[in-house]
Amino acid sequence: MNKKEFFSAHDPKIVSKLQNSIIGIAGAGGLGSNIAVSLTRAGIGKLIISDFDKIEPSNLNRQQFFIDQIGTPKVIALLENLKKISRFTEYQVHEIKLNEENIPIIYKDVDILIEAFDKAEMKKTLIETWFMNYPNKPLIAASGLSGWGKNEILHTRKIDNLYICGDEETNLIEGISPMAPRVGIVANMQANLVLELLLNNYENNKS
Amino acid sequence: MKTIRVNENSLKWEENMNIIVILKRMNYTFRMLVIKVDGKLVKKNEYASTIVQPGADVKVIHLISGG
Repeated sequence: MNKKEFFSAHDPKIVSKLQNSIIGIAGAGGLGSNIAVSLTRAGIGKLIISDFDKIEPSNLNRQQFFIDQIGTPKVIALLENLKKISRFTEYQVHEIKLNEENIPIIYKDVDILIEAFDKAEMKKTLIETWFMNYPNKPLIAASGLSGWGKNEILHTRKIDNLYICGDEETNLIEGISPMAPRVGIVANMQANLVLELLLNNYENNKS
Repeated sequence: MKTIRVNENSLKWEENMNIIVILKRMNYTFRMLVIKVDGKLVKKNEYASTIVQPGADVKVIHLISGG
């Protein structure tokens, strides 16, 4: 399969825009693994993905990994899976715990950064660190995706260059893990917004 | 009446109104927040010292675990 065949259903103008884009994903769990799969299929040129965790059995309820990958570092397993989808995205993975020091370095070249963490503290650290360093670069975060149902309250809120996807109200319920459908929806809201931001001029320039 | 905007709500402005007062008036009890005032990030150690002016645009983003 060559590149032309992979992208044969697309207007070449879209393909070149996507292929020339670099997107950062901070976290490779429920959100990050789903976002990475969608953006790989969409044809993003380069993904930079970081996570320090290894795959546990309880991750398989919502994360894009397989039984035989349990115990493997998430970024290594994700790289393996993404390569099976497309060779037309370049993958740069970091098995590292992100913090105030390394976030601005690892993600310095991205057009858009996506927050895909599990813990609220980490979400806050990433958002604050990002805008202290890169106030003009978009960051797409997620907040409020636990439980099931309630499609109608999921939304995207724009605050300057920060975008929040989720319901912004459903707290993590003790004893109930986030579940595949709702995490997947929010992950794909984030991925969908990446395409919107990258291709926003496409409709206007079409004619 | 002088007001400020907090997310999409209108709130009565007060003398020496800082972030702590705003969160209290809005009954926001969330723990993990990102706050912006007129587009500028305000960190937790600046909540008390950040006094808002009438017409200020305050955004409170509540971060919830799960992902």
